[in-house]
Amino acid sequence: MSDAPLDHGIPNPLREQPDFAIPAPLEAEINELITHYPQKRSASLMLLHAMQEHFGHVSRQAVEWIAAKLELQPINVYELVTFYPMFHLKPVGKHHLKVCRTLSCALGGSHKLHEHFCRKLGLDPHAHGAQTTKDGQFTVEFVECLASCGTAPVMMCNDTFHEGVSEKKADEILKQCQQQPSP
Amino acid sequence: MPQEYRQILKYADEPGYTPDIECYLRHGGYDILRKALAIPPRNLADGRIVTGPDHLRQEVMTSGLRGRGGAGFSCGLKWSFVDRKSGKPIYLICNADESEPGTFKDKQIIYKDPHQLIEGMAIACYANDVHLAYIYIRGEFAEGAKILNRALKEARARDFLGENILGSDYDLEIHVHRGAGAYICGEETGLIESLEGKRAYPRIKPPYFPAVLGNNTGTRIVSISGHVRKPGYYEVEVGKATLGELINDPAFGGGLREGRKLKAIIPGGSSAKVFKAGEKFKIKRRGPDGKDAEQEIELLNLPYDFDSLIAAGSMSGSGGIIVLDDSTDIVEALANISEFYAHESCGQCTPCREGSLWMSKALQRLTHGEGREADADYLMKIADNIPGGRTVCAFGEACSWPVQSFVAKFKDEFVARGAADEENRTRRNAGPTAVGKLPASS
Repeated sequence: MSDAPLDHGIPNPLREQPDFAIPAPLEAEINELITHYPQKRSASLMLLHAMQEHFGHVSRQAVEWIAAKLELQPINVYELVTFYPMFHLKPVGKHHLKVCRTLSCALGGSHKLHEHFCRKLGLDPHAHGAQTTKDGQFTVEFVECLASCGTAPVMMCNDTFHEGVSEKKADEILKQCQQQPSP
Repeated sequence: MPQEYRQILKYADEPGYTPDIECYLRHGGYDILRKALAIPPRNLADGRIVTGPDHLRQEVMTSGLRGRGGAGFSCGLKWSFVDRKSGKPIYLICNADESEPGTFKDKQIIYKDPHQLIEGMAIACYANDVHLAYIYIRGEFAEGAKILNRALKEARARDFLGENILGSDYDLEIHVHRGAGAYICGEETGLIESLEGKRAYPRIKPPYFPAVLGNNTGTRIVSISGHVRKPGYYEVEVGKATLGELINDPAFGGGLREGRKLKAIIPGGSSAKVFKAGEKFKIKRRGPDGKDAEQEIELLNLPYDFDSLIAAGSMSGSGGIIVLDDSTDIVEALANISEFYAHESCGQCTPCREGSLWMSKALQRLTHGEGREADADYLMKIADNIPGGRTVCAFGEACSWPVQSFVAKFKDEFVARGAADEENRTRRNAGPTAVGKLPASS
């Protein structure tokens, strides 16, 4: 693991995005999303998704921007980021590998699969929580049930589902990720 | 021998069937919505008017259609609870937050036949005077959300959604709302909080007393996973197949793997109480003479319906069957389930927030060589003190039932594991510097 100080997920100035700016198409998308609800606050989750899709994570600036947009206090938005497991306060790897940990997948070999990824990427298979490689390319994380229990073990690479993932298939997924050109 | 009977998934897996509207229309899509919107109002003898929506609601009530959630609640009855006189807008929300471990049925509908879902919603909305509806889809189904948005766009372009649908004076808009990885959003009031842009803390609800309807109607998609040869989703007529048939028949689960024996079945998603292989139940059933009589039924002969499984002390819940064979470490299996619930408790109620974590921690130590013989009783004591009205929602039950049933039915394995750990610790501590070698004078 890195020698960075303990990180409890509390926003600090280091994690701020000095270059934070909302491009026009994103703002248009956000304005459209807000019209879907009788009350602005309801759009919070969809706005957080839009932010995370665009920036890769939800920074303090993004939280404050959403709060201002929806006429809320920043805490109203921040408490969502800490409650819902899919939102990240800090950047994750370019390829986020989410391996299902729950029962049917565990019976189908998800622990071996998780360990396989960790070993291939030089991460600690026994560490708790998400781990990111030093080059920022990969994050490996155990997640809870992905609702594809019939094809265990299952995983997601970013938004794409992979089912019945053998070690061979896992290596192919890694290879595909590594071959992808940087954006 | 029972076979699959596909109604909802009739076309979903047909070669060449695609999720676009052209394909749906070629298969008779949106005909029922057209028909529903065309039902004319009727004048009764006493001067009252039965509108098209009234008629639809009555049809649903008499059809005996029941919800496909854990309780199998009557759909018509649920709709009858809606306050139509307050003048406040009525919303309809489709719960597509599929997340009960062992369940993967909704995904098939959303990904393969999204227009069927949209048409069904449109009819339900028309029947209930709803003009704005949401599909709450779990965050991980990002692709599913895209498929639904595409389908909604197509439906709007074809006049099945929007203003004055198909020339009627009925308006409806449906939007997709994405969750973000929290299981508790599947709880109906947690879902509503989440839809309102808040943490998904369930609300206090008035107690519902499910009416005993006795009849089962329609089909149900059963998800089978774990140690079977053919895990997958199978649509069956409710009550037509037994648990044993679903697990063993070649048309369904296809039986256990070579040389393996059944150890346990979790019959309705991971929160359902576990069944141990070989269990027998005394259940009241209607005999050929039309009278209810108590019968002894073996586990594998239990009809897979709402009422039989409740009578056997568990539930068909979400329709997710997880099969465990004799290679399963039962303590590990429960530790896995409990870790899920400890992670997913929303944290609002103390008994659930603390209790689910305590149970998970005790099971972690049992699976990491640090167990105690008394852990089985300790687990039971915690599990007995979470549910039963001590929490706002049924998550308290959901996290306790697996622990209560696993520990009660496989107690010897839990006790043996804890006892072995204690013995190992004693032996380790009595190593080279054993107590007997200490100087007597000190």
